[in-house]
Amino acid sequence: MAKVKKHRILIVGGGISGLMAALKVCEAGSEAWIFSYCPFKRSHSLCAQGGMNACMDTKGEHDSIYEHFDDTVYGGDFLADQVAVKGMCEAAPGIVQMFDRMGVPFTRTPEGVLDLRNFGGQKNKRTVFAGSTTGQQLLYALDEQVRKWEAKGMVKTFVFWEFIKMIQNSQGVCRGLVAQNMNSMEIKAFAGDAVILATGGPGQVFGLCTASTICNGSAISAVYQQGARIANPEFIQIHPTAIPGTDKNRLMSEACRGEGGRIWVYKDGKPWYFLEEKYPAYGNLVPRDIASREIYDVCVNQHLGIDGKNQVYLDLSHIPADYLERKLGGILEMYSEFMGQDPRKVPMLIYPSVHYSMGGLWVDRLHHTNIPGLMASGECDYQYHGANRLGANSLLSAAYSGTVVGPEVIRWANTGDRGPELTEAELEAARQECVNEFEGILQMNGNENAHELHQEMGRLMNKYVTIERVNKDLDYCYGEVKKILARWNNIGVTDHGHWANQEAMFVRQLRNMIHYALVVTKAARMRDESRGAHFKREFPKRDDEHFLKITIVDFDPATQEPKVSYADFDHSLIKPRPRDYTAAKKE
Amino acid sequence: MAEQKFVTFVIERQDGPNEKPYTQEFDVPYRPSLNVVAALMEIQKNPVTRDGKRVAPVVWECNCLEKVCGACMMVINGKACQACCALIDNLKWPIHLAPARTFPVIRDLLIDRTVMFENLKKIQGWINVDGSWKVHEAPRQNPYTAQTCYEISHCMTCGCCLEACPNVGPQSDFMGPAPLAQVLLFNLNPLGKYDKPKRLEAIMQKGGITSCGNSQNCEAVCPKNIKLTRYIAQLNRDVNIQALKNIFNH
Repeated sequence: MAKVKKHRILIVGGGISGLMAALKVCEAGSEAWIFSYCPFKRSHSLCAQGGMNACMDTKGEHDSIYEHFDDTVYGGDFLADQVAVKGMCEAAPGIVQMFDRMGVPFTRTPEGVLDLRNFGGQKNKRTVFAGSTTGQQLLYALDEQVRKWEAKGMVKTFVFWEFIKMIQNSQGVCRGLVAQNMNSMEIKAFAGDAVILATGGPGQVFGLCTASTICNGSAISAVYQQGARIANPEFIQIHPTAIPGTDKNRLMSEACRGEGGRIWVYKDGKPWYFLEEKYPAYGNLVPRDIASREIYDVCVNQHLGIDGKNQVYLDLSHIPADYLERKLGGILEMYSEFMGQDPRKVPMLIYPSVHYSMGGLWVDRLHHTNIPGLMASGECDYQYHGANRLGANSLLSAAYSGTVVGPEVIRWANTGDRGPELTEAELEAARQECVNEFEGILQMNGNENAHELHQEMGRLMNKYVTIERVNKDLDYCYGEVKKILARWNNIGVTDHGHWANQEAMFVRQLRNMIHYALVVTKAARMRDESRGAHFKREFPKRDDEHFLKITIVDFDPATQEPKVSYADFDHSLIKPRPRDYTAAKKE
Repeated sequence: MAEQKFVTFVIERQDGPNEKPYTQEFDVPYRPSLNVVAALMEIQKNPVTRDGKRVAPVVWECNCLEKVCGACMMVINGKACQACCALIDNLKWPIHLAPARTFPVIRDLLIDRTVMFENLKKIQGWINVDGSWKVHEAPRQNPYTAQTCYEISHCMTCGCCLEACPNVGPQSDFMGPAPLAQVLLFNLNPLGKYDKPKRLEAIMQKGGITSCGNSQNCEAVCPKNIKLTRYIAQLNRDVNIQALKNIFNH
């Protein structure tokens, strides 16, 4: 037997997608070097609560993979590559089996098989879950498997290292990266056979959101500024039910509605279940973009928010407490803890929040970006969700894309046209550039505070680039974000040291976040239609004639600004049809 | 307009692993449902002490702010807990923050918990599957046992239980309650139980289960309410049975 060549694959991000890719790399006999902001167990995948979609068809509903495929494409308002989505839906049941074998403590039926629950935009029970902490449990299972490979010496972990930029060889092929140790502040260049970014979403660009503090989109923005293309960035999912907060908006899973939770406000002194009334076929389980717009409309336009504020009730109090405990325990405890009220007894107060990015790095079906040698998977790519993601499809796309990118990166390392390895001089030059930039940040002595500036940008983005978008507001917002980019130069740091300097690292991240904010705003401004999560009252209809196309954003080095264009994609399997959730779906 | 109320924080700081600790006090504008992480974020925006000195912002670790990632564990008013769900309204003022000194301090409230992850390797904390490819259908599981596994599997490796345990520290090599409970988690799994003897033998070693003094502090502080003492007692029985088996098999 021919000897398997051992490659070194650099993976940035230790969430579900990065770890899944790492497993595949190790199983193919190569080394995975994983760079992460935190021990993998603390990655943001663990905030996914409700479950993962897969056609298991164990509820006597005659569910089918085709139905899952169709629901996903229809839910995404026909903007996802259908061949890619089909592959994901076909693989889903096998991925569930894999997680089950790895020991994920899924919630089970009395007979001992995996239980399924309802989720938004799907009529059949199709969502496997582990209580209300499914992401945590899936992440832990992969973390454990990767630890096994680490013990065997095939995985090398760089925990508490921040990705700064990729390094390309003389042919433009990505063959390495520069990263910084978050404690010692050491900046180092790493050579490898290819780089996979699995760095998650850009929630922090909006300040308040349901994402973790580490979800800043900094890595995507860094490679975008180096020439990687972004696709569909304007499609930002607003989750209808989050607990509004001043430090973050905490997610209250769609599983609440999947298990029978109802959304209402008072109208004329009586409870008004507005989703059930307007969408009799799907009721409270309409897709997220629709639920969020309705809640927004009820609060902002009709002024019917509870206590006159932007909040509505999410009510579970009619459901037996022991049932709730078993199915939703973790998150109900979280609500009690943060809000001081027991959701088993009183309705919860919730409001929509920025939650997920359907867009991200452009990739082909095998997860190559436009930069050879640079691949992307998980929320940081744009592939599977079109204009709106269905609940419980994100854990699936994170895991599935890892199973695609892992084997593909090995194929690329074996047979791809990768050109020469990086020379010592190239590695050192890239490192030195990052060192100079960081030393520059340490010297910044202006009068702006980076965290204040971040908050200001988040307010703008939340106000103008979320549920309802208006072109003149987007123009204004774009101008303001550009001003923030200019003001970035006037930041002053109080910590000038070289040990665990979180402030200086944040300043660097912030610059990348500002660039990404420009990308999102510009792409939203240019798309004059309404589709999925992107809604303009000036253009309330979907416009397939002009915009059945994916948005492509390139960084223009001359102006330092985003350039928007459009590209065709594969929608050949299911003919686009109007999206209407007031009635049961027609195929 | 009502006068702005302030909460005082007394924070134990330390510039590096080998530096001397010192305290600084900060006033943070009060708002309802403020938590400790949100207060530290306010200090980042305006890192000025009570006596008007501009200082480097306080360093700590946090990610999810939902009590699920385990990153922001620190000692608040003397008790180890997650800072993100420590609400100001439920705490005695002034609020004292300190790093969990069971672990090496990196800087300020930031600590090094590498040892916890290393111990997960020692106990072989995984199901030894053949691979991530398709092999067979996963076995069915007793839903009640699965429920117990689900409870233990909430452990976020935050380290509260190690910080609270009188037997964990420089005086001993006790791995602490968290990794012990994980042994039971994997032993309960229908595939994981094949490696049960290996895991039990790992915790029979020095620093394993015999170092537990049954003070039960761990269960009292566990932010996920994992019944640690019950599970450690169960493991004690399993370890004894394994020890007997080992005698008769040799």
